[in-house]
Amino acid sequence: MTQPQVEQQQYRRPPAVLLLPALVGTLFLVLPFAGLLYRAPWSQAREQLTAPGTVTALRLSFVTSIVSTAICLVLGVPLAFMLARTTFPGQRLLRALVTLPLVLPPVVGGVALFTAFGRAGIVGRYLDSWFDIQLSFTTTAVVMAQTFVSLPFLVIAVEGALRGADSRFEEAAATLGASRWTTFRRVTLPLVGPGIAAGSVLCWARALGEFGATITFAGSLPGSTQTMPLYVYNTLETDPFGAILLSLILVVLSIVVLVSLRGRWIGTPA
Amino acid sequence: MTLRSHIVVDRGTFRLDVPLDVAEGEVVALLGPNGAGKSTALRALAGLVPLSDGTIDLAGTQLSRPGHAAPPERRQVAMVFQDYLLFPHLSALENVAFGPRSTGTPRAEARVLAAGWLDRMGLADVAGRKPGRLSGGQAQRVALARALVTRPQLLLLDEPLSALDARTRLEVRADLRRHLRDFPGATVMVTHDPLDAMALADRIVVIERGTVVQTGSPDEIVRRPRTDYVARLAGLNLYRGSAAGGTVAVDGGGTLTLDEAMDGQVFVAFPPSAVSVHRQHPEGSPRNVWEVTVVGVERYGDRVRVEFAGEPGVAAEITAVAATELDLLPGRAAWVSVKATETHGYPA
Repeated sequence: MTQPQVEQQQYRRPPAVLLLPALVGTLFLVLPFAGLLYRAPWSQAREQLTAPGTVTALRLSFVTSIVSTAICLVLGVPLAFMLARTTFPGQRLLRALVTLPLVLPPVVGGVALFTAFGRAGIVGRYLDSWFDIQLSFTTTAVVMAQTFVSLPFLVIAVEGALRGADSRFEEAAATLGASRWTTFRRVTLPLVGPGIAAGSVLCWARALGEFGATITFAGSLPGSTQTMPLYVYNTLETDPFGAILLSLILVVLSIVVLVSLRGRWIGTPA
Repeated sequence: MTLRSHIVVDRGTFRLDVPLDVAEGEVVALLGPNGAGKSTALRALAGLVPLSDGTIDLAGTQLSRPGHAAPPERRQVAMVFQDYLLFPHLSALENVAFGPRSTGTPRAEARVLAAGWLDRMGLADVAGRKPGRLSGGQAQRVALARALVTRPQLLLLDEPLSALDARTRLEVRADLRRHLRDFPGATVMVTHDPLDAMALADRIVVIERGTVVQTGSPDEIVRRPRTDYVARLAGLNLYRGSAAGGTVAVDGGGTLTLDEAMDGQVFVAFPPSAVSVHRQHPEGSPRNVWEVTVVGVERYGDRVRVEFAGEPGVAAEITAVAATELDLLPGRAAWVSVKATETHGYPA
């Protein structure tokens, strides 16, 4: 009776060859945070955190990242549904396009946004001349840049969840008289709820950290487009130690959100 | 007839072609081996699979014809799936209330309706539980309640008892039988278990490789099987051959004698228990005696089933004591006899 137990334990012990790289990887991820903690000028912490510039940037980051996550949900869940539950010509192409911002350097994304929605862009030109709307270098541009880079995270997470969910539940709902919309609302959405939550968190974290596309398309104007990452970068030039403190704020913020959501939403379903 | 249908589903290498009519209150079982197309027929009736040809009419309304199909949600059809597919995020009560809610019944009313059905199923005390915390038998009953609460014209049951263990199965089968008797609409049930079909159905349609090979009451099916599959289910020896005055030349070799005069193509069936086994050519009167070789021996309690090769091959059921005395081992030669009066001949 003891033999299977022994075998199982041996099976769980990783091969030695994997152990070393895993340890190095862990150190590589953890050391920079240790560095931040070690070099942070704790005596200035209170002053730095309550500085008007910090509060403004923090608030802007919060508002814009939450708005972009909401937009990503509204646009991304239907997009994921189309990719996972239907077939249409050009679907593979669409999937490739959706994931493009994931591999694209964010600065390139910013330039691309500029050529589309900038004042002289293919769409922006008409927004400007017909409606007198200028998007670039506004808070709207910040949200657009964040949405552009973080939408793929949501779509990929939700599409994966949809593919993993048993579509026969949807068939069962249909045989009970539920319309396709009712089925989506009352069966599909709850079934992929954890996937959507996980996708939203990733999406939000990506939006919060967005730098390249924002600075290219929205600039770095304090109060309207200067989000936390831009503010940190700006501060680094004048007050390197202050930048460390500001970076720590972002780290703590991310950790708090990840930890608080992990237990409730992202864990493997029971 | 409530349901009039001719279900044709073409899938390249596989073609399902089944005419199926079911009257109000009638329970029809589609019986057949795995891969025969039973479940496809059921899914076509539910509208989950499009027809390649044929039509489906339910209570005077045409639901399907090639190129046009009412979607599942517009059909007065409810289905109990093999693994039930209870919505895991809803309680038993909410699962049952799902159908009425989806078709516009106000929430409170739907809940009252659902609670009534759960009560009828004896499930009032588990109404608040999520499916993950229901036993197999309870889940089966919730699934049935969820289907019946929508008052369908046609109820579809896909292997309704196959997910249950043997003991629960007996109990749930009796329950299901009672609910089906009270159900006013037509019922089509898919099963590969002959016992379920016998116990629950008024009529059995046997499907093999996409076509109907036999249809009849459970009693007829058992007494007069028309294919090896059905004969095996019923536990009978079945032969096909041409009869002349009561002597049948069996297709594939051998002759059998009936106790009545018949001519033309016939089936001959007899139970394994009608076969006697001997070590030497037996003395006496049996009309059918031939030499065989033991192929396999299987024991069931105090009975032993012996498979013989010969012309024709045959299965015999004898007592364990007799089997030991006869020393039947694979490869041994033996003699078998069947009284003419034990055989049952009927036109093919």
